Amino acid sequence: MIAPAAKAAALFFFVTILQVTIVSEIGILGGSPDLVLVTLVAVALTQGSIFGAVAGFWAGLLLDVARLGTLGFTSLLLTLAGFWIGRYGETTGRDRAHAPLLSVAVVTVLYAVGSLVMHFLLREPAPARVVLIEELPGTIALNLLLTFPVFALVRRLFAAPAPPPEVEFVG
Amino acid sequence: MVGLLVLASLVMITVYFRESPNGTLHGFQSAGSTALRPFEVAANRIARPFHDAYNWTADVFHAKQENEQLKEENARLRQQVVLAATGAQEAAALQKLLKLKRASAYQDYAKTAVTAEVLSNPVGQFDQTIVIAAGSSSGIRVHDAVVTKRGLVGQVTKVLHDTALVTLLTDKESNVTAKDHQTTAIGVVRHSQGPEDLLFLDRVLKNKRVNEGDTVITAGQMSGHRLSSFYPRNIPIGRVTRVGQTDVDPFQDVQVMPFVDFSSLQYVVVLASHKPRPQMP
Repeated sequence: MIAPAAKAAALFFFVTILQVTIVSEIGILGGSPDLVLVTLVAVALTQGSIFGAVAGFWAGLLLDVARLGTLGFTSLLLTLAGFWIGRYGETTGRDRAHAPLLSVAVVTVLYAVGSLVMHFLLREPAPARVVLIEELPGTIALNLLLTFPVFALVRRLFAAPAPPPEVEFVG
Repeated sequence: MVGLLVLASLVMITVYFRESPNGTLHGFQSAGSTALRPFEVAANRIARPFHDAYNWTADVFHAKQENEQLKEENARLRQQVVLAATGAQEAAALQKLLKLKRASAYQDYAKTAVTAEVLSNPVGQFDQTIVIAAGSSSGIRVHDAVVTKRGLVGQVTKVLHDTALVTLLTDKESNVTAKDHQTTAIGVVRHSQGPEDLLFLDRVLKNKRVNEGDTVITAGQMSGHRLSSFYPRNIPIGRVTRVGQTDVDPFQDVQVMPFVDFSSLQYVVVLASHKPRPQMP
């Protein structure tokens, strides 16, 4: 458990730096990809709900620190996202081919809506039209493009070591 | 376990909102931000050539259209140069006469201005802020104006020890008292609520003149005026691209194209000052 946790911690540290410095600058179709969210979905789907929730909390904390945002804001949203996707993976989704794409699309929408609601509750500007109509379609498309490469990377990173070959006694 | 994490997040949000900027969580964020800074700077340096290549490709598509506009502008500016030269001679004579010392926009900040690298760019239209690699340790304070060589970028809205948060002009909450440089019509520059980085000059009365192609600059703090500002005066903001008005609206509809390209900020200058802040009315 410690090795995957350390891997996840390092992975999200790296991904957060990439997100705030490079990925967030890519703007196509009005949206920009959310590499942290896609990575979280991949980790949660393959590692389970508790692991996903803890990973979401850590990733959110890093994002809030890097962006100088309200501490706890992104942690809360990503904790719930990690847990929910993890549960989906544990129950029905893990072996289904469409699970990664479906999870990324749904979580992108829920994350945007959750973010809007949180901003509204904190009495910060929450322009629903901008977020849901102008940005969201582009963000979903870009996140879906990232899904397969990120999933492949995460599967490779968290792959269990191959079991030792069985010994067969003859004679 | 999940409940604990959710509770921890909620507690952090509550405490962060209630505590002072010197509180524990702000201190933690400041330390964390300082720790992340070298990694962000390194990532920016590595990505910069690719980013520049991306921007160059995008710029090529706009270059032809821009070239036509620039030719027209060049012709207009040539005429203005002649007028400006005459005006400058007259101004010099008047200054001598009145013994008036008027400093340019940035001259007051020559010794205290701070150049800072941009660590993180806007996440989307929702969050029009950037993080810069300079903070209170460099003398930066909240409400300091942030500029590039092209013009106004925004203002500092949060300051930590080694980093600061800058809210861009394109943020929904940004309001800058500005004026038309040519006609001196005063208004407030705001974001135009659209998907692009367009601004509009609001609160310009219909009896004031604003022309397409005019330059919009900060109006600065005007004593006794209802539209006061933290921004120093005479910082270029953008160019008027469209002027219109409707029967129902008491103000003109003035669209402004900012001089600054907010999508590719690399370095900015914070006009830090040790002077006491002007009091807002």
